[in-house]
Amino acid sequence: MVLSALAGLILSVLPLPEWLAVVRPAFLVLAVLYWSIAAPRAGGLTLGFASGLALDVFRGAVLGQHALALTTITYVAVREHQKIRSKPAFQQSLIVFGALAVYEFILFAIDGWSGHPLTSPLRWIHTVTGALVWPLATAVLERSHSPR
Amino acid sequence: MAAFAAGSYRSLPGRGPSPGFRFTLYAILSTAFMFLDQRHGWLEQARYYLSAAAYPLQLAVNSPPAAWRWLEQSFETRAALQAENAALRNREHALELRSQRFEALARENAELRGLRDALPPVADRWIVAEVVNVDLNSLRQRVLIDRGARNGLFKGQAVMDSYGLLGQTMRVGPWSAEVILLTDPEHAVPVQIERTGVRTIAVGTGDSQSLALPYLPANADVMPGDLLVTSGLGGVFPQGYPVARVTEVHHDSVQPLAQIRAQPLAQLDKLHEVMLVWFRADHPAAPIGLAGGGTVDSDLTEGNPAFQPLPAPARAGSAAAARGAAPAALKPSRSGKAKAKLAPSQAASGKTAASARAAGSAKAVGSAKAAGSSKAAGATAAGPSVPGPAPPGSAAPGAHP
Repeated sequence: MVLSALAGLILSVLPLPEWLAVVRPAFLVLAVLYWSIAAPRAGGLTLGFASGLALDVFRGAVLGQHALALTTITYVAVREHQKIRSKPAFQQSLIVFGALAVYEFILFAIDGWSGHPLTSPLRWIHTVTGALVWPLATAVLERSHSPR
Repeated sequence: MAAFAAGSYRSLPGRGPSPGFRFTLYAILSTAFMFLDQRHGWLEQARYYLSAAAYPLQLAVNSPPAAWRWLEQSFETRAALQAENAALRNREHALELRSQRFEALARENAELRGLRDALPPVADRWIVAEVVNVDLNSLRQRVLIDRGARNGLFKGQAVMDSYGLLGQTMRVGPWSAEVILLTDPEHAVPVQIERTGVRTIAVGTGDSQSLALPYLPANADVMPGDLLVTSGLGGVFPQGYPVARVTEVHHDSVQPLAQIRAQPLAQLDKLHEVMLVWFRADHPAAPIGLAGGGTVDSDLTEGNPAFQPLPAPARAGSAAAARGAAPAALKPSRSGKAKAKLAPSQAASGKTAASARAAGSAKAVGSAKAAGSSKAAGATAAGPSVPGPAPPGSAAPGAHP
């Protein structure tokens, strides 16, 4: 679990050409969401909070910004994990899209309040690409943790 | 985190605090972090160590492209190396030719200024840093470099390449530092149009090839091709370093302000090596307000008293008169943000063609040195007592309603 989070972090700071970097999904957020749905008692909120702090440090954001956003959606995912788990892949993607949108909105709001506004509409693109790669990410992560 | 991951925990449902409780705890914790980080920088120290902890991973992420570059370099052909060598030698000759008269010019300048000896160059010392290839935030223009506080770097230090200004350090860790580039939407650099001496602010657009000059009136004397140099205001960059070249001037008769774009001279899109420069604080071209130690970050959010309009000492009479004439333009209540600070004076100078002409000739009148800030310069120029002759090409009469 920690390994997959680390891989997500590396994937989200890997240097990419500009147009690819814009559409890059937030891999770490997807990994955290996956674990909070698949094994809510294993990492849960602590994983979300720690990953958020790591993102804050790497992104050079206000300390606690990503932590708050990630903790919030992790909390929702942990609470509703049984409902989400039983949904088909397409609906899961929709739910993930909603969670990423909430996550990005919290970041957006804190950006504004802390005086570093970033109003470019490009920042919302990763919510869509994140939802699109969600089935793929779940397949990879499922294989990683169990032969079940 | 590892403790929670332990298998034994999973088999005991209902143990430990409930998710709701933990959520509240973490939410409060992160809000407290944000508050502490935002106000007074109480977490500066923590951030310093955190960035040190993050640096190994960043280096690891950087290593594949770095290794690739190293491989490429070591297998470069002899012909390519020779061509590069020839190009560098050519460039060196050109630079030498340009700097041959430098000694004589420095001497002459010292005599004109009435100094006994030629001044040392304003750039005191510099180090070269390499850019670490990590994506900090694809929508902001930031880069990470491989030098930090251990090399003597400080927050708000000028970063340049051999063509012009690049930006400034924003956050400094022990071995690494985060640089905010000129073209970041949050970055603004006080500049001067080299041809006319008009001062304004160049703001980043988020695009690495373009800067905006949003605060010049529609009838300002700007032409494509004009060189923008630093004006020395703002406390970070010294006066006279090249920043950008104007590429596009768009006059819209409905808009009170011109839409001007400029292209940075520094090679922002292919950054490998950058220079970090220390400047002499006692040099006439040194950044104004260097002694005040204000940094852009805190000034943007809280305002720096050192950057408030100062009474112009040499021409105190006319400045005071000008201020009386245009009290609305200097209301301190608008000075919450550094960006917004210039707007009132520019707006005032844009009100009539006559005052804009006066603003354009602020340098010719000689108040440039006396005025403590560009805002004060605008106020001086807006005063009725300054009989400014119009510089050529400025402000077609009645161009602005």
